[in-house]
Amino acid sequence: MTEPALLSVEGVSVDLPTPRGNLRAVDQVDLSIGAGRTLGIVGESGCGKTMLSRAILQLLPKKAKLSGRVMFDGQDLVHLEPERLRKLRGRSLAVVFQDPMTSLNPVLTIGTQLIETLQEHLELDGQAARMRSVELLAAVGIPAPEQRLMQYPHQLSGGMRQRVAIAIALSCEPKLLIADEPTTALDVTIQAQILDLLAREQRRRHMAMIIITHDLGVVAGRTDEVAVMYAGRVVERAPTPDLFKKMHMPYTEALLAAIPKIDARPHTPLPAISGRPPDPTRPTTGCSFAPRCRYAWAQCHGEKPRLEEAGSPGHQFACFRPINTAAGVPA
Amino acid sequence: MMQPVSPSVAGAPLLRVENLVVEYPVGNKIVHAVSSVSLEIARGETLGLVGESGCGKSTLGRAVLQLRRPVSGKVLFDGHDLTAMQGDTLRRMRRRVQLIFQDPIASLNPRRRIGDIIAEPLVISGVRDPKEREQLVHDVLGAVGLDPELVMGRLPHEFSGGQCQRICIARALVLSPEFIICDEPVSALDVSIRAQILNLLEEMKTRYGLTLLFIAHDLAVVKAVSDRVAVMYLGRLCEVGPSEQLFAQPAHPYTALLIEAIPVPDPDVRPAESVAVGEPPSPIAPPSGCRFRTRCPRADQRCSDEMPELREVAPEQFAACHHPLIGAGQASNNGESRSI
Ligand SMILES: Nc1ncnc2c1ncn2[C@@H]1O[C@H](COP(=O)(O)OP(=O)(O)OP(=O)(O)O)[C@@H](O)[C@H]1O
Ligand SMILES: Nc1ncnc2c1ncn2[C@@H]1O[C@H](COP(=O)(O)OP(=O)(O)OP(=O)(O)O)[C@@H](O)[C@H]1O
Ligand code: SF4
Ligand code: SF4
Ligand SMILES: [Mg+2]
Ligand SMILES: [Mg+2]
Repeated sequence: MTEPALLSVEGVSVDLPTPRGNLRAVDQVDLSIGAGRTLGIVGESGCGKTMLSRAILQLLPKKAKLSGRVMFDGQDLVHLEPERLRKLRGRSLAVVFQDPMTSLNPVLTIGTQLIETLQEHLELDGQAARMRSVELLAAVGIPAPEQRLMQYPHQLSGGMRQRVAIAIALSCEPKLLIADEPTTALDVTIQAQILDLLAREQRRRHMAMIIITHDLGVVAGRTDEVAVMYAGRVVERAPTPDLFKKMHMPYTEALLAAIPKIDARPHTPLPAISGRPPDPTRPTTGCSFAPRCRYAWAQCHGEKPRLEEAGSPGHQFACFRPINTAAGVPA
Repeated sequence: MMQPVSPSVAGAPLLRVENLVVEYPVGNKIVHAVSSVSLEIARGETLGLVGESGCGKSTLGRAVLQLRRPVSGKVLFDGHDLTAMQGDTLRRMRRRVQLIFQDPIASLNPRRRIGDIIAEPLVISGVRDPKEREQLVHDVLGAVGLDPELVMGRLPHEFSGGQCQRICIARALVLSPEFIICDEPVSALDVSIRAQILNLLEEMKTRYGLTLLFIAHDLAVVKAVSDRVAVMYLGRLCEVGPSEQLFAQPAHPYTALLIEAIPVPDPDVRPAESVAVGEPPSPIAPPSGCRFRTRCPRADQRCSDEMPELREVAPEQFAACHHPLIGAGQASNNGESRSI
């Protein structure tokens, strides 16, 4: 169990100055992931998922202030020189964004982008890089890969562009791939294909992967571990089967209950969560979920619950009145 | 004055769309956005409409309202053909039908106060008395779960996406329409807010006796609110049937594919290695025969030669497929295609 983690995020916070005051986008997050493992990070819009992934990649907006430590493969990324960081990001630390156009250059052909990446990081000659590019495009399910090398990103569909972005991310055999909502912009049938592709490549390469999503359905069958975020913090973290079978955090329960289920009868009212997430420029003293939580009591409004392990090994949650525990509230 | 809604005549649908064709010219080519679609919606019913991006769902919704004039086909609303109407006559009919969009924030004028935004349809339709207007706005805001006193004087940017969608729903309801087309009303909202809005729509439907066309690409969302579901692919209807039946025993391979692709929030349900092959072709040059054939695991020669018509494959369930997953024998004996 105590094999050193490939990535460990230690007490990471991200603060952004805004006209309305300081915005704490990520608040004291601790996370780790071992080689070849998959971690899902789940949470609603604005909870800080992207800021956290950008903090890991050291790609935060200029005005952002990062505190805490990000250790990757034995190096402290926060204090790494820019040149070494750039090398690392192209090679062992790769990323796929929600909008593939973020990582693709619109004025270069697919081929140029792939070949340049391979030449720069793997020092392949032109011919070898070209052959490798064709292999990669075929591996991510792009038909007629030789012809695609000559095409520009805008000539491809959204799903195809995301495949190309994945091919580029995988090109240098990274040790960790961060996929930030890689399928949110895609149709369900394409979504399933891309998620399968990621899972297959992850297993084949024994690569670690972080999947960021707002959809609990996406992480359920495809990750080893899940971290649930709310208002900038990780509020529950557990091995995936544990989390779904025995969630302890009322927010996780409410989030799962609010999703329409395909096997539910039509016109069944959904157990909605009332209200909405707190304003991140207005820090709260208590549990940030308290205003919406049906289990909240006085302590929840006055004190912030810490993320702590209890119950089963590896299961952490930040709650004074956890559900599904002997001591807590029966769900 | 128009007569108030008469008690529903059994069998007479509120909306009947017949062989609707909608095209967009682009350059010297034509986008076949909606190709010969027929459907009916009974009074008080919710029909869900699903399909992948670009399959023509919004175009169909807009063509029902005559916001995009169809190339051919009929749209009968309460027996009146909207495609044959112009000017004032059409405007008067349109008052009975409202549209709610996907992006609630973009569909509200940023410079107008919420009270005025909601009162606007009343002004246009000739409710002259400001007191009466204010009362109606007040009531409808209360109905969608907003505090009228706190909301009426404020501007759209002071509200979240979910609150803006409540405001849009209030604006759609203020004229007491009979029929609402909801075009992806919750797609842009977060899970926790989505459930609030879906519940609200269901509540409003009962309270105001509405009939709904509910467009979405998320099957579980559609099932949650729909009595019947219609599945669209590349401009054509593939399958129509009662929600539960359709999801329990899909007849069209495309419906089955959509169901299999849904991510299920249960770690014991291993996601099936995706059966979907490839991507939808361009609606500028749709495949011959069955438009789904380029991705269909059951496709054969007949599928490229012959366009499948909608046929009843189980009671109330219709599919346009030469080799449906259920009721194949029954369908081929009954060669005559029935209208839905
Ligand atoms: N460049 C920025 N400047 C200021 N605030 C920002 C910036 N980018 C994001 N934020 C704020 O930081 C918080 C966290 O945003 P983040 O993008 O990480 O959320 P997210 O969980 O990725 O959401 P989504 O699911 O919508 O992608 C939000 O309150 C957001 O409004
Ligand atoms: N104004 C337009 N001009 C040209 N083509 C259009 C226009 N509007 C839509 N289309 C095309 O018509 C087809 C159907 O589009 P439509 O918007 O109806 O699809 P949709 O099912 O609503 O998709 P989505 O789920 O993305 O909203 C698409 O191929 C689209 O690109
Ligand atoms: S700490 Fe209190 S308010 Fe927060 S989730 Fe737990 S019970 Fe609810
Ligand atoms: S008609 Fe043929 S191609 Fe079309 S869905 Fe049926 S089996 Fe598939
Ligand atoms: Mg994000
Ligand atoms: Mg649309």
